[in-house]
Amino acid sequence: MSPDSRKTPPAVSLAALFFGFSKIGLSGFGGVLPFARYYLVDTCRWLSAEEFNQLLGLCQFLPGPNVVNLAVVVGRRHGGPAGACAAACGLLAGPMAVALLLALLYDAWGTLPQAQAMLRGVAAAGVGLLFATAFRMALAIRRKPAFLPFVALVFVAIALLRWPLPAVMLAGIALSGAVAYGLLRKGGE
Amino acid sequence: MNTLLQLFTDFSLLSFVAFGGATALLPELHRVVVDQRQWMDATTFAHLYAIAQAAPGPNVLVVTLIGWQVAGLAGALTATLAMCLPMSVAVYLLFGHWERFKGARWQRAVQLGVAPLAVGLIFSGATLVGRSAGLGWAGWGFVFVVAAFAARARFHPLWCIAAGAALGLAGLV
Repeated sequence: MSPDSRKTPPAVSLAALFFGFSKIGLSGFGGVLPFARYYLVDTCRWLSAEEFNQLLGLCQFLPGPNVVNLAVVVGRRHGGPAGACAAACGLLAGPMAVALLLALLYDAWGTLPQAQAMLRGVAAAGVGLLFATAFRMALAIRRKPAFLPFVALVFVAIALLRWPLPAVMLAGIALSGAVAYGLLRKGGE
Repeated sequence: MNTLLQLFTDFSLLSFVAFGGATALLPELHRVVVDQRQWMDATTFAHLYAIAQAAPGPNVLVVTLIGWQVAGLAGALTATLAMCLPMSVAVYLLFGHWERFKGARWQRAVQLGVAPLAVGLIFSGATLVGRSAGLGWAGWGFVFVVAAFAARARFHPLWCIAAGAALGLAGLV
């Protein structure tokens, strides 16, 4: 972002940030990022497409829930610390209320055989969607075969050996990052 | 109180390695919550994942539901806050400095290097949740069909979830 464009983010009221992000949070199932782009860039015009990509870059670079991070930076940009809180709370409040209502139903009737059968089916659908996500992400890196062993190594360490994630992640980033660093030096990317 | 504190500590530490978001964190959540702390059995974990899929919202909702199962409303709020707060603060503080390190070779190396790890984690999460849900041959067959369809065409995930619920109720998966 050039200093010019940073000077003039339109001021947005806290209520508008809260309800805007509520709308984003409640629009999507299994992730709301596409709706965030649509709402922030096309509908509200709080951000240009380029600004959205800039902010999203930072949010996807850091660990943690990406969309929550995005709400924090957009809220900060348009409303300071209070704006960041309003946007993040707006994003989470509605979906949390819906999820907790479903959790109440689960507490009341979750042990019924019909509920168990239905949840097993929904879990199976969710697992299928997870595999599809992983497969699509794997396609995106297939042109860099040096990285494919890391997919397999992480699977063995986490799914089969059940090693703790922090250690696997630190070692993984060190090794995989070193490979990436080497590829970048050669101008491979 | 002790449980809430444990929940907060566990989950806020996990947020630092949540590259790829809450979805990539599923296998570790399973390890901590089911195996290490024994807060719930594997089947309940799979059910909570299913409920999170059936609700609108960001993927971090599964963390909210895990917190709920462990310690009710206070647990739900604690778990969500613990997962979101550390990186929210980090992103808030780094916001003004992103321009300076964006595109640096080390930054691009980390970003490139993290991607295959996240893919491995999501494959792991899918396998573990599927195993926890107690799927039989028919169940895994349905998983395969959903994965094959969803990987090719982008259609609304609710259709898959509704189909799963219907097949489950009919006793077919």
